[in-house]
Amino acid sequence: MDCLLINEGFPLLSFLIFLPLAGAFVLFFFSSESFARLWTLAVTTLAALATLPLISGFDTTTAKYQFAEAHTWIPQLNINYIVGVDGISILLVILTTFIMPLCVLASWKYIKTRVTAFMFCLLIMETSMLGVFMSLDFVLFYVLWEFMLIPMYMLIAIWGGPRKIYASIKFFLYTLAGSILLLVAIIALYLKNGSCFIPDMMWQNYSTTFQILVFLAFFLAFAIKVPMFPFHTWLPAAHVEAPTAGSVILASVLLKMGTYGMLRFCLPITPEATFALAPYILWLSIAGIIYGGFTALAQNDMKKLIAYSSVGHMGFVTLGIFVLNTRGVEGAIIQMINHGVTTGALFLCVGMIYERTHSRELSVAQGCGKYMPWYATFLVIFSLSSFGFPGTNSFIGEFLIIAGAFEFNKTLALASIPGAVLAAAYMLRMLQKVVYGTENNPDQSHLKDLSVREIAVLTPFLIFVFWIGLGPQPFMDIIHVSVANLLDQLHGWQQAQDVAAVFLQ
Amino acid sequence: MAILPELALIAGALAFFALSLCKTLDSTQVKNSAVLFGFITLISAIISYNQQATMFYGSYEIDMYSQLFKLIIGFALCVVLIFGQNLKGIDESIRPEYYIFLFLSGLGLMMLVSAVELITLFVSLELSSFALYLLVPMRDDRTGVRQQMEAGIKYILFGVLATGFMLFGMSYLFGLTGSTYIKDIVPALESISSQPAVFFAVLMVLGGFFYKLAVFPMHFWVPDIYEGASNETTGFIATVPKLGAVALLIRFMTLPTGQPELLVNLFIVLALCSMFYGNLCALVQKDIKRMLGFSGISHAGFILLGLLTMQAGGYATAIYYITGYVLMNLACFLVISNVSVHGENLKIDDLNGLHKRQPVLAFVLAVSLFALGGIPPMVGFMGKFMLLTGALKLGHLTLVIAAAFNTAIAIYYYLSVVKAAYTADSEERENVEVNSLIKATGVVLVLLILLMGTLPSKFVAIADTAVRTIM
Repeated sequence: MDCLLINEGFPLLSFLIFLPLAGAFVLFFFSSESFARLWTLAVTTLAALATLPLISGFDTTTAKYQFAEAHTWIPQLNINYIVGVDGISILLVILTTFIMPLCVLASWKYIKTRVTAFMFCLLIMETSMLGVFMSLDFVLFYVLWEFMLIPMYMLIAIWGGPRKIYASIKFFLYTLAGSILLLVAIIALYLKNGSCFIPDMMWQNYSTTFQILVFLAFFLAFAIKVPMFPFHTWLPAAHVEAPTAGSVILASVLLKMGTYGMLRFCLPITPEATFALAPYILWLSIAGIIYGGFTALAQNDMKKLIAYSSVGHMGFVTLGIFVLNTRGVEGAIIQMINHGVTTGALFLCVGMIYERTHSRELSVAQGCGKYMPWYATFLVIFSLSSFGFPGTNSFIGEFLIIAGAFEFNKTLALASIPGAVLAAAYMLRMLQKVVYGTENNPDQSHLKDLSVREIAVLTPFLIFVFWIGLGPQPFMDIIHVSVANLLDQLHGWQQAQDVAAVFLQ
Repeated sequence: MAILPELALIAGALAFFALSLCKTLDSTQVKNSAVLFGFITLISAIISYNQQATMFYGSYEIDMYSQLFKLIIGFALCVVLIFGQNLKGIDESIRPEYYIFLFLSGLGLMMLVSAVELITLFVSLELSSFALYLLVPMRDDRTGVRQQMEAGIKYILFGVLATGFMLFGMSYLFGLTGSTYIKDIVPALESISSQPAVFFAVLMVLGGFFYKLAVFPMHFWVPDIYEGASNETTGFIATVPKLGAVALLIRFMTLPTGQPELLVNLFIVLALCSMFYGNLCALVQKDIKRMLGFSGISHAGFILLGLLTMQAGGYATAIYYITGYVLMNLACFLVISNVSVHGENLKIDDLNGLHKRQPVLAFVLAVSLFALGGIPPMVGFMGKFMLLTGALKLGHLTLVIAAAFNTAIAIYYYLSVVKAAYTADSEERENVEVNSLIKATGVVLVLLILLMGTLPSKFVAIADTAVRTIM
């Protein structure tokens, strides 16, 4: 427990976790639609504001888990309620709390039926997402990780598009099937250690076979969530059918849980298996980058296009993680945030077009830039950010990842370059069509430009695009110590193994 | 005082016997007295929870173990009486008789968990079973194909077969040890446990309870009886007798067989067969009661995971799991009984748009189905987690992985019901009217499902202490 900095004062993390839950509970009793909207906005905004002391109080000089709280939960099984944040998770927590009020605002008019239930789902979604990033007990993690499927399923299945039933069930089954072996792995680790405290499980001398099996169980669960090629097939369906807020949450937060899981669990708990299997995962990431790029290039549905681009972008993130050096991992974390910001914003943009034209087809949205200058401006900036234009956030992330990859293996790094080019190709293709179109555009004169509410939704994303793009140092400072500590331990562990191997010979 | 809940049930049965003699019946009066006696049973079970006594020449043991089960049985019976108060599937003229047998069946089960002598045990079991055999064909003949008679006959034939096995096993136990008292049988068996007859005797007794619990290969009655019996009766059959079965299985697992490994391996095979058979068959069901029946077979397989650990911890988990299972199933049947307009069987499609027709029931249904599917933080997940932990601790890795896979299979059919209730259009189906007592019961069940799932330690501790009193 010495890796925890116990928070003696106000239990900030628990407050963040349980505030949305309590807010959701209130909706049982006051179920008028206008109240539900305002109330949810208020609760999510309060949660976002409550993360500000988290940022200001975060100590960037230590790799320990901060703001930690530990309470007994199930003493018979030594399962405890332990939460804490470190450099790896804090940015994701902040990303989650900041995105939620924007999702509420984006659904203000988009969701017309069963508004209260929708807001209820959003709130319990926030609870489970925050809990996943904060929990330091594996069972607590798993409980929230699985629980999240229910509200997300509901979001897609009730408020989704025409093929919502298919997409939601596919999403549910795919993710559940992925995580059942995770449960078995958790139980196995618990039985080895007698505790479910995650840091206790790290850097233990498990046998090679055990590590490989546990790693594979982890990997299956996380790779489906990321999603890595070839486990990505649920993603386009779910993204396309989900309502805008659902897509944004899915892209910005849920996908990050996969890569977060890899960083938090795969590397420290099964280091030997990580070293052994990293090459395969790296090439799988490259395959995902290239595949995502080519498939996105061929899409005529904007949501599908962005969904496939996510496969490519997340491929960069896994690439960064498994090159196992500081640049790569830091780049991966920054890129996780970037993807959350940029892709979330792009999904919001598509949602705004959809609200106007009731179609996501590129051909229907052609040439709307002329009548929607504000919209076009936002779309251009987010698209540029998506393919890593210098000055925007993704440039920093991708640059670091590719630099890390070069450090690791030049062939590998070179193989990822076409992905960056493809990203430019498909994003520019979309931009060209939506903003300018061809000579025979459909008549778009009836389209109204963005309202103040919509501009207010997109502006925070814009700020972060340029903030991370032009001044990433504050973000890097937050993650640096934790990443350096993780990698030091990882390479220290490897050296110890090598030394042991020499002695044994 | 110690047998207060049993006395309450007898009083209930007698009261309804008197009512059945009346020439003119007021159906609200019958209904209200049934609910009243349900509450009386529950309250008396709570009052006598801490009692301890040995009665009737040592054949009847009142201890923490039996009282815990009686409390759960009393609660479940009370819930069944509340949500089944309208008894839509039973003709009005025979409702008092229906309640007589329902109370007698509950009485038999309560006696069963206290019985520590083979004959007492057998009599209690038959009291509960025969009452149930009669409840099934009491459904009114709505379909015109006398489906309930078919179900009744199947139930009694399979039931008698299982009883035969058990009685045969008991006769062996008596023959081998010369006693019908479990406390005498245990030491006597230990000295002769190398004999194969001991193993078969115990196995056959266990087989009789497998029938009640619907473990493969004693599960054949399940789908047809679930379908043929009225919704309220199925709600009872699916829940309360299984509590008795688990209570007795645990009692008999403590008998030494001399072949613990063989028994464990057998249990592993039965657990796997139950899980896969139940889940795979449930996938294709259209009728929701049949689906729940098959899902019950797979859940029985999970309970075997707890029993095969042969340790107090595993038994406590099994009790936790069966309690959770009873709560979840009661919640499901609460919804089914009340959505069904005239007491007819429900197809899954009949639940379409339930969220609009009756939001509270839809919520209760969704929570209980996700709980049955083992999604946290509901009781189904916690139970599964503890069962899997217990089994993996003993090194049954393959079994645990297979069980985990079953979770993924099962969620599909539970999800299809949630999908119907929450996403499908109601297609002009009528709204469902239920009274506030039933709604409140549904909410209580949901709260219990969530509470037991999020804070399991208290209950597991109680179950653990209770199990240790009989070991």
